[in-house]
Amino acid sequence: MKKKDPSLKSIPANVLRDMYYMIVKIRKEGERIAELYPEQEMRCPIHLSIGQEAVAVGVCANLRKDDYVFSSHRCHAHYLAKGGELRRLVAELYGKKTGCAGGVGGSMHLAAPEVGFMGASSIVAGTIPIAMGTALASVMQGSDRVSVTFFGDAAVEEGTFHETLNFASLKSLPVIFVCENNLYATHSHLLARQPTNNIFERGESHRVPGVCVDGNDLLAIYQAAKEAVDRCRRGQGPFLIECKTYRWREHVGPYYDYDLGYRSKEELEKWMARCPVSIYEKVLLENGILSRKDVSTIAKEVGEKMEEAVRFAKESPFPDEAELLKDVY
Amino acid sequence: MGKDKKPKEREIKYWQAISEAHVQSMERNERVFIMGIGVDDPKGIFGTTLEAYKKFGKKRVFDTPVAENTMTGCAIGAALAGMRPVMVHARNDFMYYCMDQLCNHAAKWHHMFGGLMTVPITVRAIVGRGWGQGSQHSQSLQALFSHVPGLKVVMPSTPYSVKGLLMASIEGDSPVIFVEHRRLYDYAGPVPEGPYTLPIGKGAVVRMGKDATVAAISYAVWDAIKAAVALKEEGGIDVEVIDLRSLKPLDEELILNSVKKTGRLVVADTGWKSYGASAEISALVAEKAFEYLKAPIQRVALPDISAPTSVTLEKVFYPGAMDIISAVRQIVQKGGEKSVPLFESSLTAKTVYEREFSSLAQEKEFLGPF
Ligand SMILES: Cc1ncc(C[n+]2csc(CCOP(=O)(O)OP(=O)(O)O)c2C)c(N)n1
Ligand SMILES: [Mg+2]
Repeated sequence: MKKKDPSLKSIPANVLRDMYYMIVKIRKEGERIAELYPEQEMRCPIHLSIGQEAVAVGVCANLRKDDYVFSSHRCHAHYLAKGGELRRLVAELYGKKTGCAGGVGGSMHLAAPEVGFMGASSIVAGTIPIAMGTALASVMQGSDRVSVTFFGDAAVEEGTFHETLNFASLKSLPVIFVCENNLYATHSHLLARQPTNNIFERGESHRVPGVCVDGNDLLAIYQAAKEAVDRCRRGQGPFLIECKTYRWREHVGPYYDYDLGYRSKEELEKWMARCPVSIYEKVLLENGILSRKDVSTIAKEVGEKMEEAVRFAKESPFPDEAELLKDVY
Repeated sequence: MGKDKKPKEREIKYWQAISEAHVQSMERNERVFIMGIGVDDPKGIFGTTLEAYKKFGKKRVFDTPVAENTMTGCAIGAALAGMRPVMVHARNDFMYYCMDQLCNHAAKWHHMFGGLMTVPITVRAIVGRGWGQGSQHSQSLQALFSHVPGLKVVMPSTPYSVKGLLMASIEGDSPVIFVEHRRLYDYAGPVPEGPYTLPIGKGAVVRMGKDATVAAISYAVWDAIKAAVALKEEGGIDVEVIDLRSLKPLDEELILNSVKKTGRLVVADTGWKSYGASAEISALVAEKAFEYLKAPIQRVALPDISAPTSVTLEKVFYPGAMDIISAVRQIVQKGGEKSVPLFESSLTAKTVYEREFSSLAQEKEFLGPF
């Protein structure tokens, strides 16, 4: 196998292929859910990650099953990338008993603790300190596990982000803060909320190193996350990764929203031209890691798995009314 | 408002009444301003801040970072320095972040310094219910804030009261937690065109009756009215419905007088039953009107769990008119049937009710948008 691109040298071919499979799977999930949502059978607010998938894939490819991951309202990609089961995700969106949270959580509250995906909160910045807490536990238990929390660009506006950087740095905790900077919080541009667009530097005064990477370049994210994970495993403390990316669809829901006027169609098209899936696919094809045939085989397989997941979700039973009072102290 | 003419009224929706209250408050007092996440965006908090933004611009209607606690502190400071901030939260749930500034600071500043200063802030917060809003986007936190001395807690149920009470909140000198219910936003009703205020702490009897009192707030008032209509048609049970309008201060006199007349009380709340507003109101009546009670007090409120997302669970989680009907039946029916726990009974009562009163049960389902 020929590997022309130097950035590919250090990454085993099976990892490269697995990441491709995963990013295609996550894209497919987003697009199929967007198609199905108007049927109004998924009765919960859904925040799609279409356009941002590379971040989840590039980071999670560096993690072990026993590492911890947390997320926010926009959590499908992180759940899948950490190894959460597709059909249990889809069933959760349909509010079914077979969903990953038994239909209680919905789209914003996925969890798969069996693979280290410890939960998603729809409260902005909610899981940032919690991820740090798991890192504290790992240190106390003498384990070299790493914790990761994914959040949006608005989360850095909450006080807890800064308080967490402070304590994580103070105790050199193995926690990686991954910010998916998609330029907007709902309809509000980053520069309407923050004086400058430099999230990766926000750790400096807390002595938390940060990098800014192209959030649509899977390999760049993979490399940045690799360094961060290695640092954490060596006990060298927390790390902040800012990934500059873009959400293609509306903040919540399945449609495009440039007609609202808060962002332009040109801006969207500029980002769509830099599709994270196509960029990565092109690199793999050019370097002979994948063939055209592989690409179509994977597309077909992923499509079938998605349909199977949808069928599973639709055919699954709803939770029993009697289960309402379950899991209460 | 013209001095000699009768104030003009027309039907507008709840959200439009909020919008109007904003605009008129800002016209009257240049120190009133609105801030919050998304107040100036294309959707303008379900339309409620759009008009004010159009009229007064970015200087008086502005977006904030997602930093609820700090921005609440900022509002308190601005209020201490003479401004009248209105803060808006698209959900009650986000106010947990600002519990410190609201409860340790806004609530305390007037009393802790012997009345030297006031903090005239109004904090609007919406209850999101339905369409799988789930645990963290649907909470109804009025009881929490009512527990803390120093805050007023207002929960209007109609376009008329939401406008008058919002204007009163903005005009008044105390901090006000102003809880709105998303499901009320499209409800229409008569509202005077010009500015007016309603007294905070005064409820209203919205339907007269002699057999039982249902004291309700916010969205639960509508359920109570539906229940009252059904009970009357069904078996001639005359229910008096009270719209409390605010929980803090609470219109104790109105509740006590009604209970003294009817001898029976059901409290309907949009929050949790345990330690909730319904518990406080029941305690009040037990303390001050016990001898008038002909039957145990009943409460219709949320069961002691967080909101589930799945549609089947959401349906049984939220109590409604059917549950109020069954609660009233339990205390009005003679012969003293053994009462079953409200939650269990409501499940069976629902099917009976749906058959008997299908027209009332046909309320349009809430499908967003959120
Ligand atoms: C504490 C809190 N405040 C407000 C909200 C409402 N809200 C939901 S998503 C969102 C924007 C989040 O933006 P960002 O962090 O950039 O994530 P993105 O949606 O872009 O992925 C806001 C303000 C919330 N969920 N939690
Ligand atoms: Mg964002």
